Amino acid sequence: MSFEPFTTIISQTLVLPATNIDTDQIIPAKFLSVTTKDGLGEHVFSNLRYNADGSETDHELNSETGKACRILVAGHNFGCGSSREHAPWGLTDYGFRVVISSEIADIFWNNSLKNGLLPIIIEPAAHQWLLDNPGAKITVDLTKQDVSLPGNHMTYGFNIDAFSKHCLMEGVDELAYLAGQADAIAAYEVGHE
Amino acid sequence: MTARTLFDKVWERHVVVPETASNPATLYIDLHLIHEVTSPQAFTDIENRGFGVRRPDRTLATIDHSTPTRINPDGSRPYVTDHAEKQVETLLANTREHGIETHGWESEHRGIVHVMGPELGATQPGMTIVCGDSHTSTHGAFGAVAFGIGTTQVGHVLATQCLLMTKPKTMAINVNGNLSEGVTPKDVILHIISSIGVGGGTGYALEYRGSVFEDMSMSGRMTVCNMSIEAGARCGMIGPDQTTFDFIRGRKFAPKNFDTACRNWVSLRTDGGAVFDREVHIRAEDIAPMVTYGTHPGMAISVDRTIPKAGTDADSGALDYMRLESGKPVAGTKVDRVFIGSCTNSRLEDLRAAAHVLRGRKVAGGLTAIVVPGSTLTKYQAEEEGLDRIFLEAGAEWREAGCSMCLGMNGDIGSPGDLVVSTSNRNFMGRQGPGVRTILASPQTAAATAVTGVITDPRTMETMV
Repeated sequence: MSFEPFTTIISQTLVLPATNIDTDQIIPAKFLSVTTKDGLGEHVFSNLRYNADGSETDHELNSETGKACRILVAGHNFGCGSSREHAPWGLTDYGFRVVISSEIADIFWNNSLKNGLLPIIIEPAAHQWLLDNPGAKITVDLTKQDVSLPGNHMTYGFNIDAFSKHCLMEGVDELAYLAGQADAIAAYEVGHE
Repeated sequence: MTARTLFDKVWERHVVVPETASNPATLYIDLHLIHEVTSPQAFTDIENRGFGVRRPDRTLATIDHSTPTRINPDGSRPYVTDHAEKQVETLLANTREHGIETHGWESEHRGIVHVMGPELGATQPGMTIVCGDSHTSTHGAFGAVAFGIGTTQVGHVLATQCLLMTKPKTMAINVNGNLSEGVTPKDVILHIISSIGVGGGTGYALEYRGSVFEDMSMSGRMTVCNMSIEAGARCGMIGPDQTTFDFIRGRKFAPKNFDTACRNWVSLRTDGGAVFDREVHIRAEDIAPMVTYGTHPGMAISVDRTIPKAGTDADSGALDYMRLESGKPVAGTKVDRVFIGSCTNSRLEDLRAAAHVLRGRKVAGGLTAIVVPGSTLTKYQAEEEGLDRIFLEAGAEWREAGCSMCLGMNGDIGSPGDLVVSTSNRNFMGRQGPGVRTILASPQTAAATAVTGVITDPRTMETMV
């Protein structure tokens, strides 16, 4: 088990409204020269967080409030570009457990699920509300597959495949499941060499 | 029998355990390409859990992302950091330990992983091919289902040769007609991405269909499929045909019973009447040489047009970053650097195209141009043809193979504020260095720009000769 089992997250949101935030922006290539997964949270969104001389900017990501946020809300098409898993490694090391957008790129989506980071594509009205209300305290319930907004108590559902949901809630990864299919894999190989 | 698409046929041949309502399909992977950046944590993970590499014979490795493209006078290699060197050494140690064929410094096939696979004939029609790199879609040019994966999945494939996958939808991109003079495969794919949008392919496997792709070389088809991911698509493919077979014949990993293999491959082509989830139709005549003007590959226009009005805040933010103004022509903008290379445009055909423009000309004063071949073999072939001399005499730099300035991981980056015309695939903010502004273009456009020092329509250069 490589991450904490996931059920319900209640947290303020940190909002990055830009559209098409690519994985180069999440974690620039110069931080990919690592051979472990540790410590990438320090470099996540580094172009927003650090000046050229290495000093911290006043971006919310550097504030104590920001660092306490477990839920990232981002503009349309979050996580596009490179397949680097360093992006979800960095985001989870920073402290995020949920990322919400109106569209999330495929590879980033897959990489997130394997690291205990729940990607949520939410309907445009709820997305817009979240963008307009940074810092809102919201509830993400994976069991019920919904996001509850404060105030009007509106609740919005989201989709996740049954298998990924199971893996997230049990905190298991897929390798054990795949390894359990060793006989089927061996049989396939015999028929297809 | 129901008419099926190329994607359907390749997918179905690789299902080990079918998809159900509660579980994804288990898909067998024929070829796993690995490189130094996205594999070290995967080896650590599987080793910690007591797994070995199930099929080292279906795995091929090289070093490309962190590798220097210069050599010191004493023969040593100037790594950008100790970390970069350690990453390369880790890859070499891991592959040695697990018996994986590795094209390291001594191999003439060392180079960009997506140039190496086809060059070795390892990339073949009907295969499933993965790599911890989003531009794995390149290999779809051969009629393979090829896509990028994350490091956790690299571990899955190392340990089990399989992946858990849900089947994507299919989209046909039909481009028919005749391309105008001066229009290249890079222009075709930039036009497609600007048409369907940078997220337009999300959730889809693309198939490029129509006369334009049938008439295209394998090099051009690879350029097109390479950028499928820039529209958000998982993969992009082209039906295998004689052009495909002629490319593979005689290469190291080409099948022994080649004619039998070809008959099998041709049966993979999409059946008449097969239904795609979405179809897009583009007229070849509508495509001109393209350049990007914003901060993602979907923000692309014909090089002879003016920069469009910003429709959204995001667009105006992109124009601010690029320091470009809507309503102004994009051609004529002063450029600081030109990069010719990357898995999109670093094959021999690309280098020839750039050299054709640069022959007998000089790189503009104050502009830096670097040419980085896709593989060491490509470098040797270019040198045999004298292309290196054309580049050097023009005042461009001729480097060792690698990813180089495409992502700037090895230290090949621009200076803050530089405007770079690049034959690579991503014009994201800061990708080629902090504050660097990137314009994506074809090798012809990049070479023409290197000569004039401003963004240049390559069609205007031809008439100057």
